[in-house]
Amino acid sequence: MNGNNNHQAEEAPIVLEARGITKQFPGVLANDRIDLVLRRGEILALLGENGAGKSTLMNILYGLYHPDAGEIWIKGEKVTLHSPGDAISRGIGMVHQHFQLVPVMTVAENVILGEEVTKAGGYIDKRDANRRVRELSELYGLEIDPTIEVDDLPVGLQQRVEIIKALYRQADILILDEPTAVLTPQESNELFRIMHDLTEKGVSIIFITHKLKEVLAVSDRITVLRGGRSVGAALPSESTEASLAELMVGRKVILQVDKDDARPAEKVLEIKDLEVLDDRKHRVVKGLNLEVHAGEILGVAGVQGNGQREFVEALTGLRPIVSGKIFIAGEETTDATPREITELEVAHIPEDREKHGLVMPYSIADNMVLNRYYRPPFSRYSILDREEIAENSARLVEKFDVRTPSIYTHAGNLSGGNKQKVIVAREFSRPVKLLIANQPTRGIDVGSIEFIHNQIVAQRDAGVAVLLVSAELDEVLSLADRVAVMFDGQIVKTLPIEEATREYVGLLMAGSEA
Amino acid sequence: MELTAEPRRETTSWLIRNKWTVVFGVIIAGTIFAALDFSCNNLTCVTAVLSSSLRQSTPLILGALCGVIGERSGVVNIGIEGQMLMAAFVAFLANVYLGNLWMATLIGASAGAFMGLLLAWMAVSLRMDQIIGGTVINILAIGITGYFYIPGLTTQGKFAPITLGPLADIPLIGPVLFRNGPITYLAIILVFVLHYVLFYTRWGLRTRAVGEHPRAADTVGINVYKMRYINVILGGALAGLAGAFLTLEGVGTFERGMTNGRGFLALAIMIMGKWTPIGSWGAALLFGFTYAMQTQLQFKGVNLPPQFIGSLPYILTILVLAGFVGRSRAPAASGVPYEKE
Repeated sequence: MNGNNNHQAEEAPIVLEARGITKQFPGVLANDRIDLVLRRGEILALLGENGAGKSTLMNILYGLYHPDAGEIWIKGEKVTLHSPGDAISRGIGMVHQHFQLVPVMTVAENVILGEEVTKAGGYIDKRDANRRVRELSELYGLEIDPTIEVDDLPVGLQQRVEIIKALYRQADILILDEPTAVLTPQESNELFRIMHDLTEKGVSIIFITHKLKEVLAVSDRITVLRGGRSVGAALPSESTEASLAELMVGRKVILQVDKDDARPAEKVLEIKDLEVLDDRKHRVVKGLNLEVHAGEILGVAGVQGNGQREFVEALTGLRPIVSGKIFIAGEETTDATPREITELEVAHIPEDREKHGLVMPYSIADNMVLNRYYRPPFSRYSILDREEIAENSARLVEKFDVRTPSIYTHAGNLSGGNKQKVIVAREFSRPVKLLIANQPTRGIDVGSIEFIHNQIVAQRDAGVAVLLVSAELDEVLSLADRVAVMFDGQIVKTLPIEEATREYVGLLMAGSEA
Repeated sequence: MELTAEPRRETTSWLIRNKWTVVFGVIIAGTIFAALDFSCNNLTCVTAVLSSSLRQSTPLILGALCGVIGERSGVVNIGIEGQMLMAAFVAFLANVYLGNLWMATLIGASAGAFMGLLLAWMAVSLRMDQIIGGTVINILAIGITGYFYIPGLTTQGKFAPITLGPLADIPLIGPVLFRNGPITYLAIILVFVLHYVLFYTRWGLRTRAVGEHPRAADTVGINVYKMRYINVILGGALAGLAGAFLTLEGVGTFERGMTNGRGFLALAIMIMGKWTPIGSWGAALLFGFTYAMQTQLQFKGVNLPPQFIGSLPYILTILVLAGFVGRSRAPAASGVPYEKE
């Protein structure tokens, strides 16, 4: 989709303006004199890394935070937003990154919640509510059945409900916070179409993202934030991915991972007909087959929620297996415990670093020996050797460039990128045969992503078999030597990287046998 | 790519979808008939057992309603027992010193509401673990009522049954349903009122949203704290009403620890009733029936140890919880303190 339409050129009236917005949090200046202008009927991309201040700024515009300094003007009027209610009544609607929908309620109930039209005694006429939602969805071309429970909708349609929710509140300024994070490429394109339709009808959109491709594809103008400041404005027609990345990070970034061809050797991981249940006892991994060889990176691409989490948990011994077999380095590990698997020289970078990767209230030093603390040299006769542990972590902090005031800092106080580096350091600090990396760079800064990607490639070159699971298609495509596409609990296709085009993989991710 | 994926939809009939509920219902109904048949040989006895069931169920359903609106708004109330006990005590004292049953009822309900306020403060404002908060309530109630208990107080009596005119003359149903004390009538009315409010009104929609996904409710301008406070306080008043029933309509006097686990049974009843008022009423009637049977069996001189008969309601609780908990689903945010960003 090519959306570089500058038809709503500079002459369109300004609907939202932020002047000198400043917000101080303890220890961080999250927003530092940020200016932002949104014109009627345009899509303004707000680009920045995690921690650049995008979310803070949007939460200020949505009335969730109050700025320490600065002014907000909406449609030519200076306003003070005390709460989301204030923002809503001024026509601002927000689609949060994590959908704010009640899963057990219907589409219509979710849409009207908080703005219910009632009859005597607070009675809600459900049929009337359904009719209103249907009218809205027809008006804006957002097809949806108002009587379905949100729980039963695919993610793309849940997002549609969020948009309808905002429109129901008569929003004409729409803030979309990382809206494509959970979508397939095709669903993203559908969203971009909707965004264009909305701007045609006079809605103005702020589109928050860190994905450069999308910015270039849909926005009319771009504002880049870095370290809490707005560091530049750009037009898509005059920008490239590289120029935007440089603005965003503040230095030249190598977007393409630099690596030689893989030299795959013996089989290290073999999975046969794996079946696994999720927490609700539904079968979500449905007969999965996969092989990973030493010296290659196998990237598993797939939209979140297609069984990847359960698959990796089963692989690492964290979740029981219903049927099927797993072999690691020739040994069957189908019913092995996490420690037995770890001892087979398996490294694991878990999806949720705060829940499964680190112990938040422990120091960095302790976190760095979680996989080996019970053995010499870190402990003898069940007594920990504090000196060894400290030396070990001092060495790793240096080697893996963990930015921390001290090795005794609690893991919970580190930034996302540094947390991830602590995990990587721990996992790579001993001999590894198999690396299982699930979403290794989710939500971390570009600098750390670059570092971790290089570490993963270095492991591969050292002969490690790497299983990379990621919902970021770009990550899979830039790192992997072979791509396996996961859909609905199965690997629907495995193909060499040369044949894995974005479009083809995208179609496979959406479940169509193209 | 078309995005209008077919949503998962139930196409099977109601009977098949709810087959376990149906089977369970048939078994229960059969057991009730068998039990009545076994222990009674005339209609008077059946009437007596059934109206005793209804009376026994009153504090249970009121307690369960307290649990329902609390959990629907996201606050687990394990302190129902304490709220009931406290209210029973206060209502009794009010009756002793004021000599007015209606005033005493109101004061009892207020005492429950006050205990609700205390729980809400701990659970919502202090964001304490709600199980601990409820336990505090229970221990507090046992301590206070035990310490201030005055033996030998007498009252001007208790609520007499109100006969609802000709309705009361209908055979079997009449004496069971239309010859009851005022709190029992009120409890039945409240079941239907709360069911309607919870599922058909704005208040109910917001309460349920707050209990399922408080952040979502917050982002559309609903005050999560306020909703939880009000629901928990109202719940406290309902538990208070249950306590008032015990001293003002049921027993007529106060004894130490007289709630005897009813507040906890109420939670089991709430779960069996799938967090709905009408469902809970059904469950409460079933439990009331086991209480009534217990008396009837002892009266009949059945050759079973009285301890065993006395434990019937609790055995039923275990069975019900074992059979139902897996299948019914609590409100998602129940028990989780909410913190604004």
